[in-house]
Amino acid sequence: MTRIELVRRPQHSALFSVLSPFIAVLITALIGGIMFAMLGKSPIGGLYAYFIEPLTEIWSIHELIIKATPLILIAVGLSVCFLSNNWNIGAEGQFIMGAIAGSVMPVLYPGITGPMVLPLMLVMGMAGGAAWATIPAFLKARFGTNEILSSLMLVYVAELFLDWLVRGPWRNPEGFNFPETRSFHADAILPEMLSASGRAHYGFVFAILAALIVWFMLSRTLKGYEIRVLGESPRAGRFAGFSAKRMVFFAFIVSGALAGLAGIIEVSGAIGQLRPAISPGYGFTAIIVAFLGRLNPLGIVAAGLILALSYLGGEAAQISLGVSDKVANVFQGVLLFSVLACDTLIRYRVRFVSPQPAAAPEAVR
Amino acid sequence: MTASASEKPGPAPLLAVEGITKRFGDLVANDAVDFDILTGEIHALLGENGAGKSTLVKMLFGSLKPDAGRIVWNGERVSIPNPSAARHLGIGMVFQHFSLFDSLTVAENIALSLEDDVPLSTVADEARRLGEVYGLTLNPEALAGDLSVGERQRVEIIRCLLQEPSLIILDEPTSVLTPQEAERLFETLDKLKAEGKSILYISHKLDEVKRLCDRATVLRHGKVVAHCDPRAETAKSLAAMMVGEEVQAVRRTHDAPTEDKADRDIVLGVHNLDQPPLGPFSTPLRAIHMNVFAGEVFGIAGVAGNGQSELFEALSGEQLQDNPNVVTIGGAPAGRLGPNGRRRLGAAFAPEERFGHAAVATMPLTENILLSRHASDASAYQSGGRLGMLRRSALGRTLSRVVEAMDVRKSGENPDAGTLSGGNLQKLILGREFDRRPRLFIVNQPTWGVDAGAAARIRQALMDAATAGAGALVISQDLDELLEMCDRVAVIHDGEMSEPLDARTVTREQLGLLMGGAEPEKHHGVAA
Repeated sequence: MTRIELVRRPQHSALFSVLSPFIAVLITALIGGIMFAMLGKSPIGGLYAYFIEPLTEIWSIHELIIKATPLILIAVGLSVCFLSNNWNIGAEGQFIMGAIAGSVMPVLYPGITGPMVLPLMLVMGMAGGAAWATIPAFLKARFGTNEILSSLMLVYVAELFLDWLVRGPWRNPEGFNFPETRSFHADAILPEMLSASGRAHYGFVFAILAALIVWFMLSRTLKGYEIRVLGESPRAGRFAGFSAKRMVFFAFIVSGALAGLAGIIEVSGAIGQLRPAISPGYGFTAIIVAFLGRLNPLGIVAAGLILALSYLGGEAAQISLGVSDKVANVFQGVLLFSVLACDTLIRYRVRFVSPQPAAAPEAVR
Repeated sequence: MTASASEKPGPAPLLAVEGITKRFGDLVANDAVDFDILTGEIHALLGENGAGKSTLVKMLFGSLKPDAGRIVWNGERVSIPNPSAARHLGIGMVFQHFSLFDSLTVAENIALSLEDDVPLSTVADEARRLGEVYGLTLNPEALAGDLSVGERQRVEIIRCLLQEPSLIILDEPTSVLTPQEAERLFETLDKLKAEGKSILYISHKLDEVKRLCDRATVLRHGKVVAHCDPRAETAKSLAAMMVGEEVQAVRRTHDAPTEDKADRDIVLGVHNLDQPPLGPFSTPLRAIHMNVFAGEVFGIAGVAGNGQSELFEALSGEQLQDNPNVVTIGGAPAGRLGPNGRRRLGAAFAPEERFGHAAVATMPLTENILLSRHASDASAYQSGGRLGMLRRSALGRTLSRVVEAMDVRKSGENPDAGTLSGGNLQKLILGREFDRRPRLFIVNQPTWGVDAGAAARIRQALMDAATAGAGALVISQDLDELLEMCDRVAVIHDGEMSEPLDARTVTREQLGLLMGGAEPEKHHGVAA
C-alpha cells in the first residue's frame, strides 16, 4: 500500500500561502455538494442557492454587508491576538458585553438625545468589550491560566448576563413583557448608508477603517513588529526587550474593543434594541474569518464577506430548498477545517512513497 | 596514560568500530575513530562538549550514516541504516532527553515503543518484573507526567531492556539526576554488567567514569586521543586527555591590560549576583563576582548546563536583579534595567541559541537586525514619533553594512533568517552588534556549531573590538577559543564562578579540574 508522507519544506511556500484559502473554499464546496446530494437535493442547485443567489439582488448585498461588518471587525482584532500567540476564543462574549455597555445610554437614559449620544455609545461599547477581554488577559498574565478556556467560559457568562438583563431590569416597561429592551431612539441608531436600496449601515465603514488601521500597525510600525516577534518566539521577544505580559493585555484589549464595537454597531445599526440573542455566533465565526484571511486585515475583509455569504446562503437555502439553517454552521465548520488542513501545504510537501520492507515504524521519541 | 589501543589477544569484541569518519560540511565531527567494546564491560566514551561523542553514538544507533569506516558486530561487518535496525542487532539506547508522553501511563509509554502488538497487561507485568530484577522500582500504572526525573529515566531504561539488547548506550545519564538517583543507577548498571551485558557510557564526569567503567576511549575534536583504563588514571590525567595538553600558539592582537588595571574603566561590574533557579532544570547562580575592564577579553569556561545561560540572561537584563547595583555597565547601575536599558548604556549581547533567541527564523534579515537595535538606535530606524513607523530603507542600509563587514553569505537580498547557515547567521547576529560600536560585549558560545572560517572571523572581530577599547565577556565551552582570545579566564561550575586566572599562564589541566568541580589551586588565582 502506498503511504502518504508529509515532508517539511526548507522554506514556507509563497505559492501555497496564496493558494491555500482558495483550495480550502474549493474543498468546502465539494464537501457541501456531497452533503446536498446526501440530503437528496441537487448539489449544483444547493451550491447555487448558497453562494450565488444571495448576490443577485441589491437588497441582499446590503444584508451581506450587514453580516460582514461584525465578522470583519471582530476578526481584525483577533488577528492581533492570534499573531501575538494569544488565543482569544471569547470574542462572542466581548461582542455581547460591548453591546450591553453601549446600550446603557439609550436604554437607561432614553431622555438624553443629541448628536453626542451615538459616539458615546460606540466608545462605551468598545470599553465594555475591552473590559471583558481584560479578565482572561489578567488571568493569563498573572496566574498563567489558559486563555482559551477562560475566554471561552466568559462567553457563557456574558450570554446569561444579557439574558438576565433583558428579562429583568432592562426589560421594556411598555413592551408587554417581551424579553427585550425599549427600542433605541433615533439619535441612538447608526444611520443607513444608502437607505433607498437597502439597510446597510455605516458600521461597514468602521470595519474597513479598523482593517486599514490594524493592517498599517501590523506591517509598518514597531508595535506590529513587536506583535509578530512575540508571536513567533517569546524568547527572542524578551531578548528584544518586549514584554510578553504587556502584549497579552494589549492584544486582548484591542480585540476586545473591536469585538465590543462590533456588538454595539450590530445592536445600534441592525437590531435597534437588546434582545436575549443578538448574535448568530459572530464571535466564533470570526475565528474562521481571521484564519481564512491569513491573519492579514486586508485578507480578513474578503474572508468576512465570504463567511457572511454562508449566513445569507443558509437563510436562502432554508427558504428555497427547505434544508435546515444549521447547514450554514456545517459549511463554516468544514471551511475552518479545510483552511487549517490546507495550511499544512505551506509548511509541508506531500509525498507518496511505496513501502520498503525494512522500514519498520520508528519508536516514539 | 596509555595512548595505544591496547589490543591483546582475548575475547572477540562485541562491537568494533574501525576508522569511522563523519563530516558535516567543513567540520570533521569524527575523524577515523577506532574503538571496541567487549562483552560484559562498561566502556566509557569521554570528551568535552563538541568532541564528537554524540555523532559517534548516533552512527552506532543508526540515526546518522558514517562517511567512511566499518562497524563490526559480533565479528561481522554490519550497516545500521536506522534505529530499528540497531535494535534488531541488539543495540539499545537511553537518551539524555527523555521522550515520554506525560498524559500516558508508564506501561502505555513502554508499549508505544514496542514494534509488536503486546497486550498492555503483559507490558506492565514485564516492566514490573524487570524493575524488580534490576532495582528499578516503578509503578506501571503511574502517569508519566507525575514521575520525577530519575523515575522517568528508569522508564527509559526498562523500555530499552525490554528489547533485550546486548549493548546499552547511555548518553550522559546522570546529567539530570541527583547524586542519590545516580548512585541507584550505578547499582543497576553493575547488575547489568554482571549479567554479561555491555554498556557504552557517555560522560564528561571523571569521577563517575572512574567509579564505573572498565575501559575508556577519549575523544577530542573528533579524534581518539587515548584508550585507557580509567581506574589507573587520575582525574587530573583524564582531564588532561579530554581538554588537550599541548599549548597552542596564542595570537593576541591587542595589548593585555596588565598591572595598571586600577586606572582602566570597569565596563561591566558584577557584585554578589545571586539568583534562585528559574525552573526545574535551571541552575541557581551563587555570589558571582567579576569586573570586566575596558580593552580586555574576559572568558568564562565551563561544561554546558553549569549556569552559563542563566548568567547570560541575568547580564543581558532578560532576568532583572532586585538591587540595581548588582550589575553595573560603564559604571552605571543596571540591575533594574531590561535589555534595552542596558543596550543604551553601551552593552551588546549575543546569546547561545541563534534561532528563537538571538534571531527569529521566519523573519527577514532586516527585521532580525531590528530585534536588538530598535531601541538603542531608535532615531535611525523609527520615524513618526509615537507612531513608531519603521524605516525600512535605513534597515536595508545597515544590513548591507553588516553583510559587508562580516562577510555574511546569503541567498537573495533580504532572505528569512532561517535560510542562513549557522555560521553565517552567527556572523550576522554579532555583526549587527559590532555595527553599533558598543563598549561592552557579552557573548555566550559565540562559535558553537560554527564552521572554522566563520569562527575565526568572529574571534578576530571580538579581539579587534577589545583592541579598540571595548570590554568583552566571552562565555564558552571551547578552551582553545578562550585561551586564544582572552586575557583572563574564570570557570563556572554549578552556578559558582572561580577566581579569574591569567590566560597566559593558566594550564588546561587547572581549567579542566575547575570545570569538573575540583577545588581551585589557590596560588594561581589572579585577583581582579
